[in-house]
Amino acid sequence: MSGPSSYQPSHPALQWFEKRLPLIGLIHSSFIAYPTPRNLNYWWTFGGILSFMLGVQIVTGVILAMHYTPHVDLAFNSVESIVRDVNYGWLLRYLHSNGASMFFIAVYIHMLRGLYYGSYKAPREVLWILGVIIYLLMMATGFMGYVLPWGQMSFWGATVITNLFSAIPYVGESIVTLLWGGYAVGNPTLNRFFSLHYLLPFVIAGVVVLHVWALHVVGQNNPAGVEVKTEKDVVPFTPYATIKDGFGIVCFMIFYAWFVFYIPNYLGDPDNYIPANPGVTPAHIVPEWYYLPFYAILRSIPSKLGGVIAMFSAIIVLAFLPWLDSAKTRSSKYRPLAKQFFWIFVVVCVLLGWLGGKPAEGIYITAGRILTFCYFAYFLIVLPILSRIETPRAVPNSIADDVLAKYGKKAGPMAPVILALVLAGGLVMGGSQNAKAAEGGPTPPSLSWSFAGPFGKFDRGALQRGYKVYKEVCATCHSMNLVHFRNLADPGGPGFSAAQALAVASDIQVKDGPNDAGDMFDRPGRLADKFPAPFPNENAARAANGGAYPPDLSLLAKARNYDRGFPQFIFDFFTQFQEKGPNYIDALLQGYEDAPKDFQLPQGAYYNKYFPGHAIKMPKPISDDQVTYDDGTPQKVENYAKDVATFMMWTAEPHLEARKKLGLQVMIFLIIFAFLMYFTKKKVWADAH
Amino acid sequence: MTTTSSAQHTRRDFLYVATGAVAAVGAAAAVWPLISQMNPDASTIAAGAPIEVDLTPIAEGQDIKVFWRGKPIFISHRTKKQIEDARAVPVSSLPDPQTDQARVKEGHDQWLVVIGICTHLGCIPIAHEGAYDGFFCPCHGSVYDTSGRIRQGPAPSNLPIPPYAFVSDSKIKIG
Repeated sequence: MSGPSSYQPSHPALQWFEKRLPLIGLIHSSFIAYPTPRNLNYWWTFGGILSFMLGVQIVTGVILAMHYTPHVDLAFNSVESIVRDVNYGWLLRYLHSNGASMFFIAVYIHMLRGLYYGSYKAPREVLWILGVIIYLLMMATGFMGYVLPWGQMSFWGATVITNLFSAIPYVGESIVTLLWGGYAVGNPTLNRFFSLHYLLPFVIAGVVVLHVWALHVVGQNNPAGVEVKTEKDVVPFTPYATIKDGFGIVCFMIFYAWFVFYIPNYLGDPDNYIPANPGVTPAHIVPEWYYLPFYAILRSIPSKLGGVIAMFSAIIVLAFLPWLDSAKTRSSKYRPLAKQFFWIFVVVCVLLGWLGGKPAEGIYITAGRILTFCYFAYFLIVLPILSRIETPRAVPNSIADDVLAKYGKKAGPMAPVILALVLAGGLVMGGSQNAKAAEGGPTPPSLSWSFAGPFGKFDRGALQRGYKVYKEVCATCHSMNLVHFRNLADPGGPGFSAAQALAVASDIQVKDGPNDAGDMFDRPGRLADKFPAPFPNENAARAANGGAYPPDLSLLAKARNYDRGFPQFIFDFFTQFQEKGPNYIDALLQGYEDAPKDFQLPQGAYYNKYFPGHAIKMPKPISDDQVTYDDGTPQKVENYAKDVATFMMWTAEPHLEARKKLGLQVMIFLIIFAFLMYFTKKKVWADAH
Repeated sequence: MTTTSSAQHTRRDFLYVATGAVAAVGAAAAVWPLISQMNPDASTIAAGAPIEVDLTPIAEGQDIKVFWRGKPIFISHRTKKQIEDARAVPVSSLPDPQTDQARVKEGHDQWLVVIGICTHLGCIPIAHEGAYDGFFCPCHGSVYDTSGRIRQGPAPSNLPIPPYAFVSDSKIKIG
């Protein structure tokens, strides 16, 4: 499999080049002539999918870095300007942020496949350890990337994770200060995280080259777990593996596109749409879903140092797997006990992930400890013992025999396995959304919105009425710092003409200056101006609102959520539900009531049944007949609330219509492409059976 | 490969070509957003809106520089002599023939508005310098006259005129 290349270029120019740098020969022997076992199943395509995702992340990341500003004052808004103003910026950002999740989904399947089929066993130990190193680098990269948008979760995630190092005895505090480059997470931290987030993917790419190199020296493992013996056991990489991986990648792209185009914020935390605030911690700090099992292990140990050691050990233990499991039989297919314990281990990981998203209290702590024990027991107790006591079934003599035995037999267990994995994935994903369970309160009713679903569009009338409500009611206290008057005339918006938007803008006096004389002056608003704040600064806003700061409304619809409970979030994935924010805003505006007798309402607060804690500082902002509607819509709070929530959804997601429209085109394309790839793959493989 | 019948062969070839073609279309379409993102974004375009400039403070013989879309715009309040110099030159003798009248707005002959970027390689010329009392580019020695037309040096053409209009006698709108 290694050794001198069989590649013989025919063209004299290529021969000349090949003698001096055998690059084409290397590519030829690695990706064309390279022999792959002919019995590989689709779990093996995740290696190809991972290469594809690394490419996607590097390309989109390099482009995003062209528009991003790594400064604490500018980072949040620079990300928003990417999404709002840069051509296709929303697409690139969502590809990158969801791409991270896809990368981790693929790597977990890739790792579990290795675990199930014993891909870590001799002679593939170095290959496996290189994989563990890649995984560690991915975790570091993913974490630092999550910090860059500088939202609340970014900031507090960075604080919590860097504080892990303070558990180191004697020098912990100094190390944390070193990591921060300051006395707290701040601008130096953001700068170095950006630099490293840009650097590490290239380090990953380098280790991936080593990983693939090691793979090509020892050859691929396969579902039978027997080594390649004869020519009959293998097929050339191209076209066989190439077309199969290609088909796998296209199927994976459909899954990926589902997230990017229809539920781009499903996996993210709404709190990250609130700019970082070093003065307020979110109620529950949760990492991204792919770290949740390790987060649960961290929290299960009632000791700071112990928790940190347990968390890191949970990953490091993987590197010792080749020696912990000394069974001679590789594939769990032929190990009845190991197979069962493997699936128990998968369930343990999924449950740990679910616990990681739960608040650390009560039964969750006990469950966390039991599962943490199970996690380590699998590696340190179960596998070593099993390898001594288990009697494996007979393995096939050769890969060719395995293929012949399977030929004609239906692959029965595949479907339930995939279904179980999808549901498990759903559980993990939903886990992060569940983290606010402890806040309580009635759940806002789910409304039907015109912009819901794959074909959803904003209701122009509602947007225009909503703008009116915002301007006449909300704008007396709240700003919209990310929305410009020009946006009113953007496609997919309220449908104002440029002249109408200009008229709206010039109605407003904007403070500008200083001019040549050094004076500030008022001028009529322009299209390029933002929706202004009604107060000159934060302190004035607080003073006018009884000490409460009226939040900026531009991102409110994406920054608010409420618990949907189990199993709702699984349905949310399939129904593409993403109307949490608008539902919440609508409910909040209608949730004002007289406080129940036994409720202690704090001074200067008002009772609202949908507000967490029920005591809100904002008085009931709107009542019937307050805003005049010209189009005959009833002038009721109900309608005002729905219209203004629609408008706020548009200000939070101005390219929603463009996203869904492009999504439909991409989906149709990918489905056609997947069919073509499938039939091509069948034709290509027809020769191999 | 074993032999296959010719009928199968064409059907198979068609499938391969179709798959390859769809893949190529997909790759080309995927590149489009990656390139398009480099164009000016919406905020840059909005910031490129027209600007108004008040001409009252500019005395005769004086010139000012304003910025529009990141480019320096020279606004010269020309003297009688400068106008006469510009109009005395035979147009045919110029490297980039253009009359002075064509480079100013009718009835506002004293106002010369040009983009102050040398047409050679993009440096900014200095006003009131050079042999023709116009503009002189220090980088590579291009000399422009009082109408901003190229007279000597490597620059191939006259200083360009930005789109502008007189809003009133003492105010112009550039853009």
